[in-house]
Amino acid sequence: MQTKIASYFGRRRNWTIPYVLYLALFVLIPMLLIVFYAFANNEGELSLTNFRKFLMQPEAMNTFIYSIGVALITTFLCILLGYPAAYLLSRMDSARAKLLVILFILPMWINFLIRTLATVALFDFLKLPLGEGALLFGMVYNFLPFMIYPIYNILQKTDKSLIEATQDLGANPRQVFFKTILPLSFPGISSGIMMVFMPVISTFAIAELLTINNIKLFGTTLQENIYNGMWNYGAALSLVMLLLIGFTSLINTESNTKAAEEGNLI
Amino acid sequence: MQNIANDIITIEHLSHTFGDKTVLKDINLSIGKGEFVTILGPSGCGKTTLMRLIAGFLKASGGKITIDGKEMTHTPPHLRPVNTVFQKYALFPHLNVYNNIAFGLQLKKMPKEEIQKRVMQVLKMVIMTDYEERDVDSLSGGQQQRVAIARAIVNQPEVLLLDEPLAALDLKMRKDMQMEIKAMHKKLGISFVYITHDQEEALTLSDRIVVMREGVIQQIGTPTEIYNEPANSYVADFIGESNILNGIMIKDSLVSFAGHEIECVDKGFAPNEPVEVVIRPEDIYIFELSEAAQFSGQVTSCIFKGVHYEMMVLTPEGFEFMIQDYHQFEVGRTVGLRVKPFDIQVMKKERHLNTFEGIVVDKNHVKFLDQTFKCNEAQKFAVGTKVKVLVEFANVLLHDNEEEGMLSGVVSFILYKGNHYHITVLTQDGDNIFVDTNDIWDDADRIGISIMPEFIKIENI
Repeated sequence: MQTKIASYFGRRRNWTIPYVLYLALFVLIPMLLIVFYAFANNEGELSLTNFRKFLMQPEAMNTFIYSIGVALITTFLCILLGYPAAYLLSRMDSARAKLLVILFILPMWINFLIRTLATVALFDFLKLPLGEGALLFGMVYNFLPFMIYPIYNILQKTDKSLIEATQDLGANPRQVFFKTILPLSFPGISSGIMMVFMPVISTFAIAELLTINNIKLFGTTLQENIYNGMWNYGAALSLVMLLLIGFTSLINTESNTKAAEEGNLI
Repeated sequence: MQNIANDIITIEHLSHTFGDKTVLKDINLSIGKGEFVTILGPSGCGKTTLMRLIAGFLKASGGKITIDGKEMTHTPPHLRPVNTVFQKYALFPHLNVYNNIAFGLQLKKMPKEEIQKRVMQVLKMVIMTDYEERDVDSLSGGQQQRVAIARAIVNQPEVLLLDEPLAALDLKMRKDMQMEIKAMHKKLGISFVYITHDQEEALTLSDRIVVMREGVIQQIGTPTEIYNEPANSYVADFIGESNILNGIMIKDSLVSFAGHEIECVDKGFAPNEPVEVVIRPEDIYIFELSEAAQFSGQVTSCIFKGVHYEMMVLTPEGFEFMIQDYHQFEVGRTVGLRVKPFDIQVMKKERHLNTFEGIVVDKNHVKFLDQTFKCNEAQKFAVGTKVKVLVEFANVLLHDNEEEGMLSGVVSFILYKGNHYHITVLTQDGDNIFVDTNDIWDDADRIGISIMPEFIKIENI
């Protein structure tokens, strides 16, 4: 008996069983359920009503497009603010840079709901109106570290001799940046985009709190439907978002495999 | 070649420091148009720093660099007519072979057809045609090396700097690439500055060799000059194999070493001046003991080295000679040795004693090298007198355990002198202490140093 157990654990393939079970239970089956719910009507019959409703109902569609817009702007602002920060950090001596990186990441250790509530309080205190501006501020504030870190990581690992080779071949400092440093850091930027764009589309708390429920994002719509028992419609909306995520990661795959090889993907 | 008008690079009194560490001291060097100059030295001798100063990646702490008649000491790298082949190639991973090579020309905004023509030309030169679309990551080490060279020479620089370009290749490939680099130099007609720690590579490739050690140029000369007439025991030991012995120059053309007086061709030394004698192992004749022998001895080891045998012979006076010969003499055989006068290279001794600056602390103590040593002679001097401290090489004691010594240091250079080792120890404060010993130490050993009170001699400055 003992030898039987021993041989069972001895086979390396058997070690994967708990993980396979975990994936099946918590990823695969729920996914299938989403797909099933999305293609079923309230009576449980196969139908496309949910998708028809999404395409026909301007409200959901508008929210969806608006959300993508917010996500695009947030991502763009994050790159605009995050890249220079990451670049400066990568140029500092490593001890000081490490400290600063920790300072940048520090707010992430606080629950983001609390952080967002604090942002609301801050806006109230400064007598700034809540709304679209506050929403963008909150988004950028929350997601900026996710952009800075992968870019910093890749910039900091850039081979110095490549920069020297660029100078050696006749590039002035500006050309060194645009011809070598920037292209070499693309995998970092694309990691950053993945880390920012996707979550922005699906967050709802930031939008709710910073716009006093005036602006709805796609995440909010989703949450409302599920909350109100509209399981089938909610599932269809989830599926739309999943497809969007899948599509974006597909575009990213190539640069990400490269980044992952170099260990830059967090 | 020393003609100023023909020099492409002139370096005057160049020095460089990292923090408080001096890595280059007063470098003076000129490189002729079309010349192949190799900068040779062990790691840490400052050769890479020198190259980086020429390329402009580092800012000189002092001195002057003139390239092609223009003072360029502080010119940024992109404005220098110099291109570099980097040690690890530094090819751009995001560009293919063609775009790597075209990089410099594209920066110069050269017309596309011209770029195409020149890239194809250099690809042909480095024998890499048909590779232009390849990803650089998919190339072998040797191929990457070729692309790196192509990327540099396509810009038609006045000077090509090569930083240990063959260090990452295996032996066979290295030999082939050496020949190719030499052929390329001939074809291009530009100056090559080649950095290496491999003395054989330096001898094979160069018109002139610059031997460096600890940031100081030891000797500049053609390969044959460096090999046959090394300037000091360091160069003799670093380039090829050699027997280095202490000797005394009795008079012109007569030197005494290893217990015998031997005829030589060197002149101009003071009578009875202590000197160092260098004899290459292939310059010693070995034969059955006979009248013709200058030295007799017994073979203690004999190793076959492919073309020749390498034998160690111990003389009755206790000196060991390394000999290379096509004939084999078995271990234990008694043999005779002979050296022709012009095969003996006599060198001035750089130093005969350790000398330090010190100060008398009290009746029994003198302070030097930041340490207070007990000293029997201190009583002859008033307290506070600044003195010169002299310690013979053989009177410095070395300890395995760093704590046992009064000072600690690292073995930085070992020279075998036939019957003892002459060791250079670098102390923590960067001072050199020279030691003669029969004990065997290894490079980079951490050791303790102490000196007995009776062996510390002091005199007025």
